[in-house]
Amino acid sequence: MLSDDLRDLYQQVILDHSRNPRNSGELPPPCLHAHGDNPSCGDEIDVWVRVGENGHIDDLKFTGQGCAISQASASMMTQKIKGKSKDEAAAVREDFRRVVMGDGAPANEDALGELILLEGVQKFPQRVKCAMLAWRALEQALEGK
Amino acid sequence: MDWPRIRSDFPILDQQVNGFPLVYLDNAASSQKPRAVIQTLSHYYERDNANVHRALHELSNRATEAFEAARKKAAHFIGAASEDEIIFTRGTTEGINLVANTWGTQNVRAGDVILVTGMEHHSNLIPWQMLAQRTGATLKYIPVLDDGTLDSDAIENLLTEQVKLFAFVHISNSLGTINPAKELIAKAKALGAVTLLDGAQSAGHMPIDVRDLGCDFFVFSGHKMCGPTGIGVLYGRMALLEAMPPWHGGGEMILSVTMEGSTYKAPPQRFEAGTPDIAGVIGLGAAIDYLQAIGLENIQRHDHNLANYAMQRMSEVPGIRILGPQSGHRGALVAFHLDFAHPHDLVEFANSHGVAMRGGHHCTQPLMKRFKVPGTTRASFYFYNTIEEINSLVEVLLLARKFFT
Repeated sequence: MLSDDLRDLYQQVILDHSRNPRNSGELPPPCLHAHGDNPSCGDEIDVWVRVGENGHIDDLKFTGQGCAISQASASMMTQKIKGKSKDEAAAVREDFRRVVMGDGAPANEDALGELILLEGVQKFPQRVKCAMLAWRALEQALEGK
Repeated sequence: MDWPRIRSDFPILDQQVNGFPLVYLDNAASSQKPRAVIQTLSHYYERDNANVHRALHELSNRATEAFEAARKKAAHFIGAASEDEIIFTRGTTEGINLVANTWGTQNVRAGDVILVTGMEHHSNLIPWQMLAQRTGATLKYIPVLDDGTLDSDAIENLLTEQVKLFAFVHISNSLGTINPAKELIAKAKALGAVTLLDGAQSAGHMPIDVRDLGCDFFVFSGHKMCGPTGIGVLYGRMALLEAMPPWHGGGEMILSVTMEGSTYKAPPQRFEAGTPDIAGVIGLGAAIDYLQAIGLENIQRHDHNLANYAMQRMSEVPGIRILGPQSGHRGALVAFHLDFAHPHDLVEFANSHGVAMRGGHHCTQPLMKRFKVPGTTRASFYFYNTIEEINSLVEVLLLARKFFT
């Protein structure tokens, strides 16, 4: 007898991404890199990003360890962000943040695609930082923040 | 022992969480409180509340009397020679910081060694790191073996005459290891070292006799042994306390004050500046009465049975790796890693079944690195837990395996 909230949090797609992360590994230099961690729980993510001459994200990869939510979010992020411009990536990130925090409607829900499955995190406020970990690292890599 | 009746002393345990009966297995983080302690707190606030030691009115007299009675209880609880050796603190962490900032600053010099172990809680590590940085002393660690015990060969090499202080944990909060405290203290003392024993996980779980143990300092927290949060005890041998400078300055700790300078009271008041947590102290006294009525030996035996049964049953879960001693000689906790779920996912899953556990690094990051795990899940027990609850835990672990694989 599982609660619906828990089933929503751990949907099959999410578990699949956490078990078989896409775009796992490092990119060789030259590329942008950032490390993110959640000191309170020990989750870690490293993100490598290569931005092409046209300003688009040609490739990105990640390595990390942590809970299913942080790893699945990272894996899904790499799939979604590849090929996007920096501005497009920032827009997706902001929409994703709204979805997992329950902080208003996303500006472009369709653009989120599969990421919308992480909506279940809303019900688990302590897990928001897990879902956002890779995205904070991406922001840091792209904008040096 | 009528354990079911004893369990019914804890009103909080009788509730449903997420549609399941609460199974509270996070006792190493904080224990629940019996009605006796809760009622003592409300009685104090409803009838006796006033500041201690200062006024001459009836309420202040009552508060002071109850406050000082709790100091006597705490002294008796750990076998101190005198209640003047009992300093009330906010908890274990503050007690250790007090020693580091008074005795430590006064006695530790460049070139000295501060010896700890690789299984210390951050609270018995960071204050010594800070002291070492301040003084130029060296911090050394006794390594932990694969079975979660201390490396006894390394102890022989590390315990030298350069060791000024040997501070170590009595029962590890992350492994459940019960360190041979008396033996280690005797070795350290023979070389002239001062010893501090971190009793956060042992006080309230087993009989403590500081004079038999031979330690110079012993620290513990009230909230892990049925008392209120925010209150703890630092025991120090009087000869050491008398020579120590104060830490916090303020009211209650002075003999006389002039604009040029002040003289300080004798211990324990020297170390208790400002209005203390009066209700907390009185509540701690009630917790000690409660535990002693059950009997610390009985609690220890029950703890031991629960931990043994849990070890046995949890070993049945495929993909489990239990950290710490594999024998039954361990504290009332089992920390483990599952190859199919991260601790936070497991804790979330267990919570949805009413089971409260803790997942993470348990404030022992160097130890997690040592065992090459990002963190563990910990089930920790107290005397009100039952065999049935451990069965529920195992059932939830098996369900989690189905869910996450």
